[in-house]
Amino acid sequence: MISEADILRIDEPGLTASERLYLPQIVEGMKTTLRHMAKNLRKNTFTVQYPEQKRDLRLQNYRGVHRLNRDEQGRVACVACYMCSTACPAHCIHIEASESPWPDREKYPAKFDIDELRCIYCGMCEEACPVDAIELTPQFDLVGRTRAEMILDKEELLAVFDQTAAMKPRKNPHVTGYAGTGGRSHDPPLTGGAALE
Amino acid sequence: MREFLTSQFGVSVVLALIVLNVLLGAVSYCIYFERKISAWIQDRCGPNRVGPWGLLQPIADGIKFLVKEDVVPDHVDKPLFIMAPAAIFLVAFIGFAAIPWGGQLELDGRHVNIQVANPDIGLLYILGVGSMGVYGVVLGGWASNNKYSLYGAIRATAQLLSYEIPMGLCILVVVLTMGTLRLEEITLLQTGYWIGWVPQWNVFLHPLPFAILFITALAESDRTPFDLAEAEQELVGGYHTEYSALKFGMFFLAEYAHMITASALICVLFLGGWHFPHFAWTQPEAIQWYAVLAKIGVLSTKIVLFLFMMMWIRWTLPRFRFDQLMRLAWKGLIPITLALFVLASALLFFDRQRSPLWALGGNLVILVVALIAASSSRLRVTGRQLNLPSITPTAGFIRVEVPQ
Repeated sequence: MISEADILRIDEPGLTASERLYLPQIVEGMKTTLRHMAKNLRKNTFTVQYPEQKRDLRLQNYRGVHRLNRDEQGRVACVACYMCSTACPAHCIHIEASESPWPDREKYPAKFDIDELRCIYCGMCEEACPVDAIELTPQFDLVGRTRAEMILDKEELLAVFDQTAAMKPRKNPHVTGYAGTGGRSHDPPLTGGAALE
Repeated sequence: MREFLTSQFGVSVVLALIVLNVLLGAVSYCIYFERKISAWIQDRCGPNRVGPWGLLQPIADGIKFLVKEDVVPDHVDKPLFIMAPAAIFLVAFIGFAAIPWGGQLELDGRHVNIQVANPDIGLLYILGVGSMGVYGVVLGGWASNNKYSLYGAIRATAQLLSYEIPMGLCILVVVLTMGTLRLEEITLLQTGYWIGWVPQWNVFLHPLPFAILFITALAESDRTPFDLAEAEQELVGGYHTEYSALKFGMFFLAEYAHMITASALICVLFLGGWHFPHFAWTQPEAIQWYAVLAKIGVLSTKIVLFLFMMMWIRWTLPRFRFDQLMRLAWKGLIPITLALFVLASALLFFDRQRSPLWALGGNLVILVVALIAASSSRLRVTGRQLNLPSITPTAGFIRVEVPQ
């Protein structure tokens, strides 16, 4: 219940003579639209003619098609920990883990499928990944003729990495050898003011 | 054959074919320019993909209308449903028959009118045909068997009936001034000059009826701010909700044809039709073929200016509420036009019907009185209905919660 003291009583604003007449208001509106029209007849500065021109995307945080990163040896960086598929609110990530053929990690994904039609591009998988293996790329024009085509498997996701690595390098390349570090990152430790924050 | 083609009848037949086809093209390009103008006003580009600057867009649209599935819903009244777009289309286009496009032409020593038909009652013909436009709307709305369509049709009926009164009265002012219903003669009577250089166009005699006729033309052709009949936010699509493919296209084209007829009528009645002052080719004496072309060009340019005005208004003004629409007609325009009608009758009685001083003075007095009356009226223009309890300091105040 709103107390009487919190109620601000205001009067309905009246109309001036020119507003009651409506005509000056019409003239003002017509002037505004004519100004816009004249400006756009000279040059339209707002529209991006899409297929020919493309917008500058914010490469670091645009959330487009996923990719599976490769480590510096060209192997899939994913360690099949299921963090991303657990975090995924749309349940679009399907992983099948298998024993890793490499000595520096225990598991690797034998299968890694993402249903790009179910995905809501929220970026939770990217947040969840402990080794920065899954990332969203600035690539937004993914098309397919069938639903099956829109389920990207491991090879396709790695191919997306190959296409977009130049545009958006992997955030943290120091993930191989993760098993031998006792869970510590190879990142240089944060120092100074940054660490305090 | 040559004998036939150079007779008035032959010229009329040829002209009818040309006018009909040119108008169909013009109407398509009206839609193109409507889209372009709306885009420019709204800081967009508009159609620019089909052909250079999107100029082939109307053709692409036409093909689309032709090849789309033509749905006739099960629940409609079939004969009427099919008849409605035909009725509105026909009516929108036959109005052009009485428009004098280019004065007279000399062909093999004979003088022929560049006008499909020159009936004694040309003005009444256009008025009558224009009023029949509402049949298509009502038939469409009724036959669709859909409440939204019917709402649209009912609104259209009430609106068109209301706005026909000021429209008719404005036209009567011209008829009283000119003393004829022949459109060609009305044009000819406007080709003189006052004080040597001001053209004797009716707009300089009666500017107020000119402005009101333009407003009613907007209402008659269902254009914003008077497009209550197809208020898509309230009525889905209004009377053409159930129509698809070419039938919808016909409704669409008819609206633009209606705009062109209305503009042409205003130009002929008030702006001297094909007359352009101090330009030898557009005087009544010039009857060569190039003079006729120049006259057609002048009239077309005037029409295009009006079409631009209508589009500009459409993309500027919001739609009226229905009671505002009715109030404008019955409490605003009809009293003013009645006063103008009395003025024109009085001028005729005292044989001053073509005297600019008296006519302009009378117009000015009526305008000032109307403006004072309108700006001092205490009518509420908000959404509050009149029979609700009045706003007093103790009851009915707007409550605004103040955030903590």
